[in-house]
Amino acid sequence: MSIIVSAIGQGLIWGVIGLGLFLTFRILDFPDMTVEGTFPLGAAVCVAAISHGISPLLATLLAFGAGTLAGLTTGLLYTKGKIPILLAGILVMTASYSLNLRIMGRANLSLYGKNTLFNGKFLSSLPPYFNSVVLGIIVIVIITSLIIYFLQTNLGQAFIATGDNPTMAKSLGISTDNMQIMGVGVSNGLIALGGALVAQNNGFADVNMGIGIIVVALASIIIGEVVFGELTMNQRLVATTLGSILYRFVILIVLTLGFDANDLNLISAIVLAIFMMIPVFESRFKIRHTFLKGGR
Amino acid sequence: MTTPLLELKDVVVTVNSDTPEELNIMDHLNLTINEGDFITVLGTNGAGKSTLFNVIGGDLPITSGQILLRGKDITHLSVEKRTKFLSRVFQDPKMGTAPRMTVAENLLLAQKRGQHRGLIPRNLKQQLPYFKEITQTMPNGLSERLNTPTGSLSGGQRQALSFLMATIKKPDLLLLDEHTAALDPKTSTDLMQITNQSINDEHLTALMITHHLNDALVSGNRLIVLSHGQIVFDVTGEQKQQLTSEQLYDYFSDLPN
Repeated sequence: MSIIVSAIGQGLIWGVIGLGLFLTFRILDFPDMTVEGTFPLGAAVCVAAISHGISPLLATLLAFGAGTLAGLTTGLLYTKGKIPILLAGILVMTASYSLNLRIMGRANLSLYGKNTLFNGKFLSSLPPYFNSVVLGIIVIVIITSLIIYFLQTNLGQAFIATGDNPTMAKSLGISTDNMQIMGVGVSNGLIALGGALVAQNNGFADVNMGIGIIVVALASIIIGEVVFGELTMNQRLVATTLGSILYRFVILIVLTLGFDANDLNLISAIVLAIFMMIPVFESRFKIRHTFLKGGR
Repeated sequence: MTTPLLELKDVVVTVNSDTPEELNIMDHLNLTINEGDFITVLGTNGAGKSTLFNVIGGDLPITSGQILLRGKDITHLSVEKRTKFLSRVFQDPKMGTAPRMTVAENLLLAQKRGQHRGLIPRNLKQQLPYFKEITQTMPNGLSERLNTPTGSLSGGQRQALSFLMATIKKPDLLLLDEHTAALDPKTSTDLMQITNQSINDEHLTALMITHHLNDALVSGNRLIVLSHGQIVFDVTGEQKQQLTSEQLYDYFSDLPN
């Protein structure tokens, strides 16, 4: 039972990262590799700040700020510096690695005995692992609501249009450069925030914790899309979090089958590859039809 | 004498400068567009028609010369800033609309052309009756599809929507870049009719690139022909009305390549 609660908690926290990537990967429609650097950056900033006696809440917000700055850098390199987005992201990701070592002063920093968002008075009084579920729900509800509100504003609509058809957006006076810089900034802010939450939940930050993040975040998005099918934009945001939880269950199942935690990145990649290929299988063998629609 | 709406003064655009392929794709071009002009633009491929639109739209920086809007220098104004007074309909139906956004959402975006877009709720619902009303003036059932993503519309519906989006907020200058070329004959004729009517009713100033000699003759009060980046033919009013497609065709055949 507690293992399932833990998986749900993890899924909710990692949902933040899925939502962050959704802004660039799905709305702006480009692959932003910065996330592999901003995830550990958020963790490093948060853990270092807490170690220096800063309150966990403020430390988490600092992580968001640091991630936003890293994302803005990628955005500027891409729009103003005319560096291809893939390379711009890789540059900032690579730079973050050194930055993270500087921030923490070493490769791995523990939060042992320190206060975190997860061991506040109320959350500690809950049964095991429920702290991450409750905090996860609070964070996801706040972030999802903010994104939904934003996307329904005039600015948000301009942001969506930029990803949908940049030529048209420009011809209507939308500064596509600014939209892209803003999007990559906020996206990486959210991913760093996710990194800060994961670090606090795990009790440490590690410079190598960013490896494979883009695959995990993509998995939330893709699983959500494959499982729930055609949705409106707002529903897709919720589906991403649910996808993140489902992904945790898949990992859980694979691990109980006897695989090692060291195989996790291999498993993640395989899970994502399979889910990404489902539409291909579907059209070839009509799997969804047989599975979901049954005899109807 | 009132100030003209737009003036292009001695505009030159050079490509591949300092190489053997150096070429002026716009060659000391002068053009004065008066308020209320509806100018049809003809020319062979590579004559500089698209260059002219890209220069006016700001997509293409000019090498030398000056562009004036109501006497004000806008030579170095960015594409985004120029959308305050300028709107465009592209040839490719895919270019003018956002495919994953609905017809209504696209119209709402176009309503704010060139304006500041802030963190204020978009208020789409309030606008729906108005959108319904204006889409009803369009053929092919656009008004029934307000909540459909434009990606699933036909080319004709998309182009009708693009035209509506370009005129929903009255532009000072409307650029039509062969906007009916990708459509079937019937749809193309329908959209041409709406174009003429709308430009007349709203007293719009417009430039229209076309390859149909007939459209170029029937529409507008002025006709220009481009060749090698220059205006080689320019008729207005009565002179234009007396022009026949045979004369125009002969004229084209005599143009140097």
